[in-house]
Amino acid sequence: MKLLGYLSDFMIPLVIFYIIGFGWLAKRPVYDDFVEGAKSGMKTVAGILPTLIGLMMGVSVLRASGFLDFLAGLLAGLTGLLHIPAELFPTILVRMFSASAANGLVVDLFREYGTDSFIGLSASLIMSSTETIFYTLSVYCMTIRLKKTRWTMPGALLAMGIGVFVSVWLAGMLTGSP
Amino acid sequence: MLNALWAGMILTGIVWAAFHGNLGAVTEGALNGAKEAVSLSITMLGVMSFWTGIMEIAAKSRLLEALSRRIRPLIRFLFPEIPKDHPACESISTNFIANFLGLGWAATPAGLQAMKDLEELNPKPGIATNAMCTFLIINMSSIQLIPMTIIAYRSQYGSVNPAAITAPAVLTTTLSTLAAILFCKLAAGRRQKT
Repeated sequence: MKLLGYLSDFMIPLVIFYIIGFGWLAKRPVYDDFVEGAKSGMKTVAGILPTLIGLMMGVSVLRASGFLDFLAGLLAGLTGLLHIPAELFPTILVRMFSASAANGLVVDLFREYGTDSFIGLSASLIMSSTETIFYTLSVYCMTIRLKKTRWTMPGALLAMGIGVFVSVWLAGMLTGSP
Repeated sequence: MLNALWAGMILTGIVWAAFHGNLGAVTEGALNGAKEAVSLSITMLGVMSFWTGIMEIAAKSRLLEALSRRIRPLIRFLFPEIPKDHPACESISTNFIANFLGLGWAATPAGLQAMKDLEELNPKPGIATNAMCTFLIINMSSIQLIPMTIIAYRSQYGSVNPAAITAPAVLTTTLSTLAAILFCKLAAGRRQKT
């Protein structure tokens, strides 16, 4: 587990070094490229602000009403069965349909339980290792009017399931809680 | 989809709160959620601009193309039925690399192109080929090197080390992608025999 910590510390600096080095060797004006890219990043963030306001407002309403706690209590039975904390179920389900809505739920988990808690860490890992499978599949199938996807859905669900279980297991190992 | 989800969240929240005497908290929650979205966006503005800036250097220096060529042997292993030098090889590897680097804007067009290229090889249009199933599953198993959005969220909510999830996240997606590949190989092999 220590090794994972060291690797995490190295990875981002290494990627940045590699990319800037690669650009420099390719004789690119790297700083100009950076500024241009940063500009498009700003536009993206400004563009998703209305979505974020809407979704965070929605999740906050659910949290304040006490419904999320009720839901977690309702799903507690599944926890024993699957060894996944009930608090994570709404995020996992929504994650399959909409990335932005799942982000809203994750932010709520961060606020309630902390980013480095067992639940916060699990949610972080789940979000980074799974994909909006239903949304993606519908977009990709629409472009070539695919009607039968055969074993695509079982495979995607399997990959997602493994991602979720490994996330929860690793988060447990890293925080030292079950 | 989001319309129903969003309306459901707010309407359920208000009705639930009305029956449990939490209506005051609901108004406060709505206002706080909206305010928090703005402060979160300010953090995101910094982190994401920095990251898209770095990624622009990668895109402009044709790093994407260089890396896509590198993974050709892997593409040959995953999609043995695609003829060598077919355009599908290129669109698939560009999609994988773009996903790997977290370049959503480059990944989706390449991925859609890959589906069109694969359709050319499809003897039965409308029904997915083995190659299509494999491509879609691996694409959706989320191979990502650095999950920058979540790192930004974590830094906003006071994580001691927001980037500490990088290596565990890579380990997780590697395992789920390996499981996906194994599944694809087994499923494709079984169909060939019958």
